[in-house]
Amino acid sequence: MKHTITLTINGTSVTEEVDSRLLLVHFIREKLDLTGTHIGCDTSNCGACTILLNGKSVKSCTYLTVRADGAEITTIEGLAPDGTNHPLQQAFHDQHGLHCGFCTPGMIMRSVDLLKNNPSPTEEEIRWGISGNLCRCTGYNNIVKAIQQAADELKKEPV
Amino acid sequence: MFKCKTSPEVGGMGHSVKRKEDARFLHGKGNYVDDVKLPGMLSMVMVRSPYAYAKIKSINKDKALAIDGVLAVITGEDLAQYNLHWMPTLLSDTQMVLPTDTVMHQSQEVAAVIATDRYIAVDGAEAVEVDYEVLDAIVDPFKALDDDAPLLRPDKEGQKDNHIYHWERGNREKTDEVIAKADIVVKERIYLPRIHVASIETCGCVASYDKDTQKLTVYLTTQAPHAIRTVVALVAGHVGLSEEKIRVISPDIGGGFGGKVPVYPSYVVAIAATFLIGKPVKWIEDRSENLVNGFARDYHMDCELAATKDGKIQAFKVKTLADHGYTDSSANPSKYPTGMFSICTGSYDYEHAFAELDAVYTNKAPGGVAYRCSFRVTEAVHAIERMVDKLAAEIGKDPAMLRLENFIKKEQFPYASPLGWSYDSGDYHATLKKAMDMLGYDDYKKEQAEKRKQGKLMGIGLCTFTEVVGAGPSKDFDILGIAMFDSAEIRVHPTGKAMARFGTKSQGQGHETTYAQILAEELGIPYTDIEIEEGDTDTAPYGLGTYASRSTPTAGAAAAIAARKLRDKGKKIAAYLLEVSEEDIEWEVGKYFVKGAPEKSKTIQDVAFAAYTNIPPGMEPGFETTHYYDPPNLTFPNGAYICVVEVDKATGAIDVKRFIAIDDCGNIINPMIVEGQVHGGLTQGIAPAMYEGIEYDAQGNVLNGTLMDYLVPTAVESPHWETGHTITPSPHHPLGAKGVAESPTVGAPPAIANAIIDALAPLGIKHLDIPITPAKVWEAIQKHS
Amino acid sequence: MIPAGFSYHKATTLAQAFELSTEFGEDAKYMSGGHSLLPMMKLRFATPGHIIDISKIEGLSYIKEEDGLLKIGALTTQTEIEHSQLCKTKYPIFSDATKLIADPSVRNVGTIGGNIAHGDAANDHPALMLAMNAVIIAEGKDGRRSIPIEEFFHGFYMTALEPSEILVEIQIPEATSRSGGAYYKVERKVGDYATAGTAIHLELDDNNVCIKAGIALTNVSAVPLKLERAEQLLTGQTITDELIDQAGTIASEDCEPDSDLRGSEAYKRSIAKTITIKMIQKALERAKS
Repeated sequence: MKHTITLTINGTSVTEEVDSRLLLVHFIREKLDLTGTHIGCDTSNCGACTILLNGKSVKSCTYLTVRADGAEITTIEGLAPDGTNHPLQQAFHDQHGLHCGFCTPGMIMRSVDLLKNNPSPTEEEIRWGISGNLCRCTGYNNIVKAIQQAADELKKEPV
Repeated sequence: MFKCKTSPEVGGMGHSVKRKEDARFLHGKGNYVDDVKLPGMLSMVMVRSPYAYAKIKSINKDKALAIDGVLAVITGEDLAQYNLHWMPTLLSDTQMVLPTDTVMHQSQEVAAVIATDRYIAVDGAEAVEVDYEVLDAIVDPFKALDDDAPLLRPDKEGQKDNHIYHWERGNREKTDEVIAKADIVVKERIYLPRIHVASIETCGCVASYDKDTQKLTVYLTTQAPHAIRTVVALVAGHVGLSEEKIRVISPDIGGGFGGKVPVYPSYVVAIAATFLIGKPVKWIEDRSENLVNGFARDYHMDCELAATKDGKIQAFKVKTLADHGYTDSSANPSKYPTGMFSICTGSYDYEHAFAELDAVYTNKAPGGVAYRCSFRVTEAVHAIERMVDKLAAEIGKDPAMLRLENFIKKEQFPYASPLGWSYDSGDYHATLKKAMDMLGYDDYKKEQAEKRKQGKLMGIGLCTFTEVVGAGPSKDFDILGIAMFDSAEIRVHPTGKAMARFGTKSQGQGHETTYAQILAEELGIPYTDIEIEEGDTDTAPYGLGTYASRSTPTAGAAAAIAARKLRDKGKKIAAYLLEVSEEDIEWEVGKYFVKGAPEKSKTIQDVAFAAYTNIPPGMEPGFETTHYYDPPNLTFPNGAYICVVEVDKATGAIDVKRFIAIDDCGNIINPMIVEGQVHGGLTQGIAPAMYEGIEYDAQGNVLNGTLMDYLVPTAVESPHWETGHTITPSPHHPLGAKGVAESPTVGAPPAIANAIIDALAPLGIKHLDIPITPAKVWEAIQKHS
Repeated sequence: MIPAGFSYHKATTLAQAFELSTEFGEDAKYMSGGHSLLPMMKLRFATPGHIIDISKIEGLSYIKEEDGLLKIGALTTQTEIEHSQLCKTKYPIFSDATKLIADPSVRNVGTIGGNIAHGDAANDHPALMLAMNAVIIAEGKDGRRSIPIEEFFHGFYMTALEPSEILVEIQIPEATSRSGGAYYKVERKVGDYATAGTAIHLELDDNNVCIKAGIALTNVSAVPLKLERAEQLLTGQTITDELIDQAGTIASEDCEPDSDLRGSEAYKRSIAKTITIKMIQKALERAKS
C-alpha cells in the first residue's frame, strides 16, 4: 500500500510516495540519499539510526516512514550549515569523541536532545542520557567529555 | 618521557593533534559500504538455516521467484556448476560457500536471493522453502571427541574423528618434572567463552562486475583489502577472475576489531552473483546474521602453575581444547594455528613451560578470529594472570608483591621466553608501581581489610600482561604464504605537500592523522600538508592490512623508513642547491643546512621543488618512494592494570569503583589517540569480563542473537577509565613504537575477574569464568554459604 | 530486518480507529509508539496485515489530577511522564520506572498505553498499575468502560481489551500526603527488560499504620503479578522491618520465574525478595516524608 507523504527534512520540504512498511531509516538513506544516518542493530538497541523527529531523538530503524507525514526531521547532515560545526560536532572533534565514526551521527543527534532537556548534565546524567547509543570504539570517556564541552559552549550562546 | 622533536604546527610524534579524518564523520559524510550506491544495483539477502545440523532434502525456489522483483535464487547446487560451492580457509581447511547437502551450524547460509531492492529480497528469502532432516548437533566440544560422536566432516579425506589438529610448544617432560617436585601447584580449568566483536557496522559488500572490461570491483568491509584481492583470485581464478582485474575497495569501516578480516561466504556469493548477472550486487548483514556467524575465543584451558612455597614461579603448563565450529577458519598466520598463544608464560621470569592445544569440530559457526585481539593473546594472558592470582591466594601473598618478585627485570631484555619469544623491551616493575601509586594501592588494601571485617565484599584485581603484536617477520609469519610485511608509498609534490598510501586500513584507529604525524616527524612537512590514503588495491601498495595492533609496528615503520629514503635523496639535492658536498649537509627537522654554517639551508619544500624543477645532473627526477617493511621481530607492549570492585552479597551486583590502566606501548605517536584506543579497548575488556558471551542451547541454537540479549556495554556499564603510561621504546622499531589498540582488551578481563574473585575470596570462592555476571556471582555465593 | 508487507491506516479519531479495526478484524493491529510491535514485526514474530496508527488521535496525551484521580492519557510518552513535574513531586514511582525503561530515544516514542496494552509481563508499567490499583479506561465502538487493573491482564500478550477496543486512559487514586511509591528493577544492563522488578505503593494513616498496600512484580511470571499475600500482610499494620522482610519472602515465594539468560529461577526469586524489601523501605520513607 502506497502513501504520499510530505515532510520537512533538514529544512527542505519533501513529498514522496512510500510503502506502508518502509522504515524511516531506509527512507532517509535510500530515498533521500542522506547516508549519515546509519543502521547498526535493527532492534532499536544501538542508536546508530538516531535522528531528530519534531525535535526529539528517535530511532529511525523502528519508525515507519508513513507515520512521519507532516513531521520535521533533522539528520546529522542538517545539524549545522555546510562547512561549520554545531558545538557538539566541534566538541566531539576536540575531545576525540569518535574513532570509526559509525555511531557518531546517532550519538550526536541523541546528545542534541539530551542537552535541550538538560543543559547542565552531570557525568552520570550524560551516561544515562546516551545509554541507548552504543559505541564500540571509544569506551565513552571522551564522548562524555565532548558532551560536557558542548554543554558549556551552548550555555554561552545567546538565546 | 618522550620529547617532541617537532613544533605543534609540524605535528610530529608526541603531539596530540586533532584527527584529520573527523570532519566527514561528524557531518554524516563518511562513506561506508552500505552508503555505496551504484546504477542498477541489486540487493542480496541470504536464506539461513534454522537448525544447527541438518540434511538439506530439497530447496524450492518457486514461491520466491514468483515475487515481482526477485531475479534469482542461488543455491549450493548452482555454485557447484562453477566449483564455487566450497572455499579454502586461511588454515588449510575448507568452508562451504553454500551447502549442497548438509548445514553445519545455525544461521549458516543456505541460499541467496537477488532482488531489485532489499525489501523484496527479504520477502524472497522468507519465501524460499527448504526441507530439512534435522540431525543431532554436537554442541559440547568435549563430546565431539567421544568415540561414538558422529563424524561431522566426512567430506574431508582421511578425517576419522572430529579432531582438527594438535599443537604444542615447550618441553613437556621437563615441565612435568618441575611441577611434580614443586612445593605448590595451583590448577584450574579456565574457559574463555565465545564472543563476537559486534562492531556497530555489520559486514557487507557491493560487488560489481563489468562484463565488457572483465573487471570486478568489490566494496568490502575488510581490514585487509589486498589479502582479500589475492584470496578472491585464488578462489575464483578458475572462472576467469584474474588478480589484475580485481579491485577491492575498503571504504570507511565502522569498526573492525578482527571481525572484518575473514572472507565470509556471502561475499563470495555476491561476487558470483555479479559475475553471472553483470549488475552490481549489494549484501549487508543484519545484526543477527552478524552475531551468530563468526566468533572469537572459545578456549577451554586446563592450567597448572608451579612455585616454591614462598612464591617463586617455576613452571607453567596449559592444555587447551579449542572449539572451532564446523571448520577451522581462524585468521592466523600459517605457521601459528593457535596464533601467539605461546605468549602464555606472561611477564614472569621462569624456565619451564609447556602448552598444548587440540582443536575440534562442533556444530557451531566457524570463526576463531578476533575480538580486538587477533592472535589468542587474550586467552594466553587470561590463563597466566588468573593462575598467578590463584597462586597468590594459595600462599597468602599480596598479588602485587608476588608479581614484583617474579617479573622479568628490565636488564634481562631482550628476554628469551620459555616458549620461544624474544621480548624486546619493558620495565614491568616501573609500570606496576606506577599503577599502584596512581590507585593508592596500600590505602585500598587497608580499606579492603576494614570492609572485610564488616562482612562487605571488596576486591582488588591486577593484571600485568605482556602482549605480542606487529606480525611479523616474514621468516615466520605469512598468510596463505604471503609474508606479513607492510608498506608505505610517499609522494612529495613539487609544492612540498605530500600524499602517502598504505597497505593497511584504518577502522577508526586514526591512520590519516598518525601516519601523517610519522611523516611530519621524519620529513618536517606539517601533518596538515600530508594526505593519507588506504584501502584501494588499485592505488595502495600491497600490504597485509590492519589487525592485531600491527599497523604502527609494520606500516608505521615502513612510513618512517620510506621517509628516510626520501631524506637521503633530498640530502643530495640540498648539496647540489647549496653547492657543497653531500657529506657537508646536516639534517634537522624540515631543513638541510651546511655543517658549521646553519644560515645556509634549504627546506624540505625547497628540495621537493628542486626534485621536479632543478634536478641535479644524473639524478632520477621526482620525490617519491615506496618501502616494504619486514620487521626483524615482533613488538611486546605491556601494561599493569588494577581494578577495584565491590560486590553486593544479596544480589551479586558488581560495582567497578576504579580502574587504572598503565600501558607501555613504546614511543607514542599521538597521545590523544593512544589514550582513546586504551579507553575503547578497556570497554571491550569489561564487555567479555562481565556481559558478553554467545549462548547455545543443547540443540545448537543461539539464544542471544540480537543486541537485546547480546549485552554490549553502554556508557552506563562502562566505568570512567583512568589511564597512564610508561615508555620503554622498542629497540628494533624505527620509531621505538610498539602498537597499543588490543592491549587493553587483553589486559582488562583478568584484572576485572581477579578483582571480583578477590572480593569473593572470604567466602572461599577461588575461581569464576567470565563473563562474571551478578547471577553467576549470586549462584557462587549460595554454593559457598 | 524488515517487516512483512502490511497496509498502514492512520486513525485521527477513536471512531475512525474502531471503524478500521472492525473492517480488518484480527488481521489488524493498533500501533501507538510502535516500539514493542514494530521490533516483533521486523523479526517477523508478528505479521499483521493491517496497522492502524492511533498515535495521531487528538486528546489522549496528558497527565492531570481530576476528581481525586491521577489521569494519564494513553498516548502520553514515557519521556513526558519522566519529565512531568507532577509525577516527579507527587508520584515519584513513575520517575523511578521511566528512567529504567529502554532508553531515552525509545521513551520519546513509547507510550504508557502501549506499554500496558501490549500485555507483556516484561514491561514495567503493568506492575506500577497493579501496585497503585489503577483503573484502565477502554473505549470501543459501544462506548467507554472501566476495567479494574486486577482484571486486565489475562495471559501472555493477552488482556481484557476486546478486539477493537483501545486503552485510552489510566486512572489512579490521587496520592495523599501520606502515600508513597517506589519502583526498581534489576537489569543485566541499562535498558534491558527486568530480571525482576518490583513496584510498591503504600498509604499510611496519621499514626503510620498502613491503610493501603500495593505490591506487584515485573517479569517473574507469565502475567504481571500482584502480590496479594504481601499486600494483606502489610495492610492494617505498622510496617516494621520484620514485616518488610516477610513481605520480601512472600515475593520470592509467590513469583513464578523461569530460568533463562537472565538467571536461574532461584536467583530471580532471591532478587524479587531483595528488591521488594528495598522498595518497601523506600516507599515507606516517601510516605512518611
